Amino acid sequence: MSGRTATPDLALVQPGGAAADDALARGAALAVRGLTVSYGAAPAVFSVDASFPSAAMSAIIGPNGAGKSTLLKAALGVIPRLSGTVQVAGVPLDRARDRIAYVPQRASVDWDFPATVRDVVQMGFYRRLGLFGRLTGADRARTVACLDRVGMADFADRQIGQLSGGQQQRVFLARALAQEAELYLLDEPFAGVDAATERAIIDVLRGLRDDGRAVVAVHHDLATVRDYFDHVFLMNTRAIAEGPVARAFTAAALEAAYGGRLGATHLAGLAG
Amino acid sequence: MGAEFVQFSLTPILIGVLAAIACALPGNFLILRRQALVGDAISHVVLPGIVVAFLLTGSVTAWPMLLGAGAAALVAVVLIEAVQRLGRVEPGAAMGVVFTTLFAAGVLLLERSDTSSVHLDVEHALMGSLESLVWFRATGWGSLIDPAAWDSLPPELPRMALVCAVLAALTAVFWRWLRIATFDEGFARAMGIPVRAVGLGLVGAAAVAAVAAFDAVGSILVIAMFICPPAAARLMTDRLGVQVAWSVGFAVLSAVLGFVLAGYGPLWLGGQDAVSAAGMIAVTGGVILGLACRFGPARVGSVPRP
Repeated sequence: MSGRTATPDLALVQPGGAAADDALARGAALAVRGLTVSYGAAPAVFSVDASFPSAAMSAIIGPNGAGKSTLLKAALGVIPRLSGTVQVAGVPLDRARDRIAYVPQRASVDWDFPATVRDVVQMGFYRRLGLFGRLTGADRARTVACLDRVGMADFADRQIGQLSGGQQQRVFLARALAQEAELYLLDEPFAGVDAATERAIIDVLRGLRDDGRAVVAVHHDLATVRDYFDHVFLMNTRAIAEGPVARAFTAAALEAAYGGRLGATHLAGLAG
Repeated sequence: MGAEFVQFSLTPILIGVLAAIACALPGNFLILRRQALVGDAISHVVLPGIVVAFLLTGSVTAWPMLLGAGAAALVAVVLIEAVQRLGRVEPGAAMGVVFTTLFAAGVLLLERSDTSSVHLDVEHALMGSLESLVWFRATGWGSLIDPAAWDSLPPELPRMALVCAVLAALTAVFWRWLRIATFDEGFARAMGIPVRAVGLGLVGAAAVAAVAAFDAVGSILVIAMFICPPAAARLMTDRLGVQVAWSVGFAVLSAVLGFVLAGYGPLWLGGQDAVSAAGMIAVTGGVILGLACRFGPARVGSVPRP
């Protein structure tokens, strides 16, 4: 499962150094170069190079405040970047919007919004439909199919505020499925969800990977990294390490990312 | 009541209805974006802009008024930003400080300038002059198909109708963008939807509605119609399209019922004079919101939430 990644075995990345050459960036599902984002005086993400392979599940990992979500949002153009370029399968971001699906953090929206589960999933079609494209019968069937994949078909007509946190997260995933993308970017998809939902989400993401899509998720649970992911990118404002889990998810890399926040025994347990 | 109704009541009611709809349409999205105060701010800030435009041009025609209101809105945006940064207060408070100050300045300007020749004074600024927008040359329902009588239609009527039609068309055309940019801004941006332009366009639409309605119905009604019909409509349904339809229905109901109550309510209670129609329409809107809070099927607590 982790042997399929297209990335060479990079261990520790030198901050600011060009980790991936141009040929590699063209082969990657998502490649960012020299990405810097700042909310105030201090940068939240500084000069990050990162590439994520297709047909793989990648985790973006780092301590709280490391800029993981910021990196993801800046790579999508959701927040402005001070510098840096983003390529999706070798194409600049702006020409690749319909190849990307995005699952924002659940807490980023107001779930009291007047919409049903079905309405939210159909927002995944808006890019293709534009302002005037008609929703076809096939689209309606696809809406139900996407909900079915996340086990939410019975909830299609519920108001979204009546769902539990896990159910809301599944609806967001169904909306991303409706986007029919090659690259799936998820911001903390397992935050605050129940065990059954975590199971359901990971199954869907594995299905996407096995179809050859790229999945990139901001992830905070170090204990599940080895189970869930093929590829990791460790960061703390700057890039720290990237590569297949077996090589990049090491005690040394974790120590570099988390500093003293992880104890020695904890580190040894995680990195095996 | 045929002829008299057409001459004295039909046009004020229509203008009130159109003004209420024009404000309620953008109000739906402003409320869902937690920007209801923006509509409030705009309708206040309009006043000094209109007064200055009048002082500069000496007339109350539409274009100078719109430009003046637009310029005042720009000044307000800059001031709100400045107060927020320099005064270190939260955005709502900054907005509140700026728009009340500008409105008060507008009132002072009005008091000190000679506007006796035109319909521009403090009372009009608050309550408008809905009752005075009568159709002089109307002789009965037949006047509706008599081009000669159309000349004396109050100019506010076609103006308000145009604004209302344009806002309705914009809402329909940009429906998907408005909906997704309101619900999930990040997702909309990732999709490549011009979220910022949608937000500015919405505020711009609200400003146009406020300026057009201000002249006829005054700032109290503008504020009320931005908020009351959409807020009541939200309590009636959990679908956005249905909510907008309810908000238009409530806007019409407030305008018609409010106008009738203002004219006849005091008589029924044994009083003499009618009360301000715009004021009564605003009160009616508030009462409808109150009823929706109590009885609306989609109100908080009406369905079990986990």
